[in-house]
Amino acid sequence: MPVEGFIGGLLIGLAAAIMLLGLGRIAGVSGLAARATGIADTGAPRGIAVAFVIGLPLGAFLIATLAGGVTTKFPVSIWPLIIGGLLVGFGTRLGSGCTSGHGVCGMSRLSPRSLVATALFMASGFVTVALLRLGAFL
Amino acid sequence: MKPIVVSLVSGALFGAGLAFSGMADPARVQGFLDLFGNWDPTLAFVMGGALIPMAIAWIIKGRLHAPLAAPVFDLPTSTKLDRPLALGSLLFGLGWGISGLCPGPALADLGVVPLAVMPFVVAMFVGMALHRFLPQLTQQKGASQ
Repeated sequence: MPVEGFIGGLLIGLAAAIMLLGLGRIAGVSGLAARATGIADTGAPRGIAVAFVIGLPLGAFLIATLAGGVTTKFPVSIWPLIIGGLLVGFGTRLGSGCTSGHGVCGMSRLSPRSLVATALFMASGFVTVALLRLGAFL
Repeated sequence: MKPIVVSLVSGALFGAGLAFSGMADPARVQGFLDLFGNWDPTLAFVMGGALIPMAIAWIIKGRLHAPLAAPVFDLPTSTKLDRPLALGSLLFGLGWGISGLCPGPALADLGVVPLAVMPFVVAMFVGMALHRFLPQLTQQKGASQ
């Protein structure tokens, strides 16, 4: 629903603002996740990355507990998850960011790289789902 | 406040926002990307909501000499529009559309439906590791020939 979406978005923006003003960093999930696991050896201090990555499921768990559950519907087959995961992992590292780093943090400071990245991954996502829909229809 | 605590709070608030907004649900995200189907505009509201506090934060940042709980600002400075940025973003969008998941919601879902999201999370880290180590492997191979 749009109202929950907007309020959830405000929380996400507040989280990113805390990271920026508190620690002077971008709350980019792909970068912090790569750093937390040691896949990236530059970026945020390891402890900061690990704490953020632990915080994500913790916050979702709290909301699920308070709200009596969070609805999720996953693909029936495991293959979209595996192929999608590989592409998301590889692509976000190659493109230096994802929906949070480019989409929220970069766009709000009008970074040219983030504006281009967000336009491209959105367009790519739209085309992909349109093609999947076409494939299912045929 | 300790930097690690600030980061934990930021991550938890981020995860809470994702769960509350409905964006922890891959089907809802795919619904947003499904322009020609039963389009779900929620993700646009999430993005709009998130941009407001961050736009304000960038203004406040301009008046600070240093962050509140760390010695210096450490922010991306590149403005180069290069091929890796474009190709990486296109590949990411492809995976995002196929699965309905991006890194934030995937990690947040570990706190809600860990078993369902686990294949994606494992594959995502494999993809990240491939990006990191593939160039080295192919270079070593090329050097030995």
